[in-house]
Amino acid sequence: MTARNEESSMLLDPLPDGPTDAPRRRLPSPWHFVLLPLSLVMLTPFVWMVVTSVSTTEESRRFPPGLPHSIQWSNFVDVWTGSPFGHWLLNTAIVSVIVVISNLVLCSMAGYAFARLRFRGSNLVFILLLATLMVPFQVVLIPTLLIVKSFGLIDHLSALVVPNLVTAFGVFLMRQFFVSLPPDLEEAGRIDGASRLGVFTKILLPLMGPPLATLATLTFLDIWNDFLWPLVAIQSPQNMTMQLGLSTFQGEHLTAWPLLMAATLMSQLPVIVLFLAAQRVFVRSIASSGIK
Amino acid sequence: MARIILDGLRKVYPGKPPVVALDALDLTIDDGALVVFVGPSGCGKSTVLRCVAGLERLTSGRVLIGDREVQELPPGKRDVAMVFQNYALYPHLTVYKNLAFPLKERHVPRQRLDAEVRRVAEMLGLTDLLRRRPGQLSGGQRQRVAMGRALVREPLAFLLDEPLSNLDAKLRTQMRTEIAAIHRHLGITSMYVTHDQVEAMTLGQQIVVMREGRLQQAGPPAAVYQEPANLFVAGFLGTPSMNMVAGRVERGVLHAGPLQLVTPGAPDGNVVVGIRPEGLSIASSTDRDGDRTEPIIEVVVAHVEALGYENLVHGIVSGIDDADKLLVFRAPPDVLPQVDDRLHVRVDAAHLLLFDESTEQRVALTGPVLPADDRSASG
Repeated sequence: MTARNEESSMLLDPLPDGPTDAPRRRLPSPWHFVLLPLSLVMLTPFVWMVVTSVSTTEESRRFPPGLPHSIQWSNFVDVWTGSPFGHWLLNTAIVSVIVVISNLVLCSMAGYAFARLRFRGSNLVFILLLATLMVPFQVVLIPTLLIVKSFGLIDHLSALVVPNLVTAFGVFLMRQFFVSLPPDLEEAGRIDGASRLGVFTKILLPLMGPPLATLATLTFLDIWNDFLWPLVAIQSPQNMTMQLGLSTFQGEHLTAWPLLMAATLMSQLPVIVLFLAAQRVFVRSIASSGIK
Repeated sequence: MARIILDGLRKVYPGKPPVVALDALDLTIDDGALVVFVGPSGCGKSTVLRCVAGLERLTSGRVLIGDREVQELPPGKRDVAMVFQNYALYPHLTVYKNLAFPLKERHVPRQRLDAEVRRVAEMLGLTDLLRRRPGQLSGGQRQRVAMGRALVREPLAFLLDEPLSNLDAKLRTQMRTEIAAIHRHLGITSMYVTHDQVEAMTLGQQIVVMREGRLQQAGPPAAVYQEPANLFVAGFLGTPSMNMVAGRVERGVLHAGPLQLVTPGAPDGNVVVGIRPEGLSIASSTDRDGDRTEPIIEVVVAHVEALGYENLVHGIVSGIDDADKLLVFRAPPDVLPQVDDRLHVRVDAAHLLLFDESTEQRVALTGPVLPADDRSASG
């Protein structure tokens, strides 16, 4: 230690200690009496799906529905062996992951631009962008199809990726969160020597945990469960996504309910896992934000 | 460390009508000085700081830090550090990483970075908190981290934008002392913005009073307090603020209600007479006997604020401004006048200031102010 350090070390007295962050347990509230029955109602279709997925075809058609006599694990094997289920899973995963990543990158950058950069016509462009939120997808389905067709992407996985690379909703969501961050943080970063991109990636994005997790979850669910657009854009079975594949279990005259439910259950597993994981991220991000 | 020169700063925010936030601001801040900018909200004091930091673009004018013109440089290249009112700590980073951030952005080698961060942490008493995040710190600790982040890279200039306004009164007093100590210790040229007069008077080697984007007066705190350049500065500095009454100078004699005073050098015309509360005092019996030469006026007590260490007396004087006029003055804690009491108040003529009513500038006097009766005696 240099002489200067020794001299400076005793310059100031210690301050009183900061607040402790002991976790508080939540007590049950009267709301739980409302929420608990509601959640049971929500669970019913899910339970029914699980029960049907391990039943025989005959059992699945009984009324009222009941528990199966023996658990038919073979339904799950039949799904994998009797259909290109693995292929559908892979296709859906590829499309979902690319779209989620591109949305996180592009929507956050666009959102930041709309929130902080002043450029000519920024408000007008933003309003136009918001206006597109009011147009239902069914209305733009045909024009989108024509555009995608003109790019030569029909019946190709990229037909599912390209139109979803960035969404107006995502830009809007990100912008709202960037607006709510104090501009001081950004200014402090710039004075500390960071470039605009540095401020964006090192200071602002790490604070965007909750909105980014929300955007990722919503985008993933959207793409994973999308049926209409893949139905229009994809024809060949090897390019089908999960939801499209599931529909092939429904014949014109006969539906193999146990197989359909087994496949549906498997298709929903990643969604359930993502939801549980994202929930943890939400809590952690909010807890760490710690800004008054 | 460096001298800062502000040369003809002008900042206009576009709009209808455009807002002139700064106008024709010239100021030289000496190397190592601590200059406090003070003024009411919207006077442009923060804008000056932001223009020096590079967070606002000047409409015209030059900013020199050291010998370098910096007005075109981005904030990161100006080698200044800033402490924000809300601290602006990076909430996702630990105290250590907050302190290290400016060094990291300048690609300081890891070992030196670590040494610097620990040196500043030790100086500010933050060593035990290095692993905490800002959310786990108290207000005072956050304030210190913000100071540390500014100090860690030893900038040429240190900019503080109302750094204490979010702290409670007790902590503010403590941090005020600490900031003064840090400045004495490091001697970095500092610009400090506040609306708190006590901070301005106690911290600054120089204070700069601003109003509506214009510099009103700059100088050592005591000089600005005792010899304000104009009515605004006179009224702004001091709590309770300066008593002001209308008067008229005729042939070198000031007439203001019951006061008749010789004011050498004051041109004839309407004036505003300013006298600070400490320039008025309750006259003792000997004063009333006429042993003292200072003028004595009679007031009726309207209200008393007992502060414990002193009493603030609000008294009504008749016959000034063609109406009753309220004057505020101090009384020792053991003197507690009652409402409606009649008091004799001694006016300390040396404390009297005259301001031209139309230009609002202070009138320079060429000699001591004396009661008109004593004119022959003094002459």
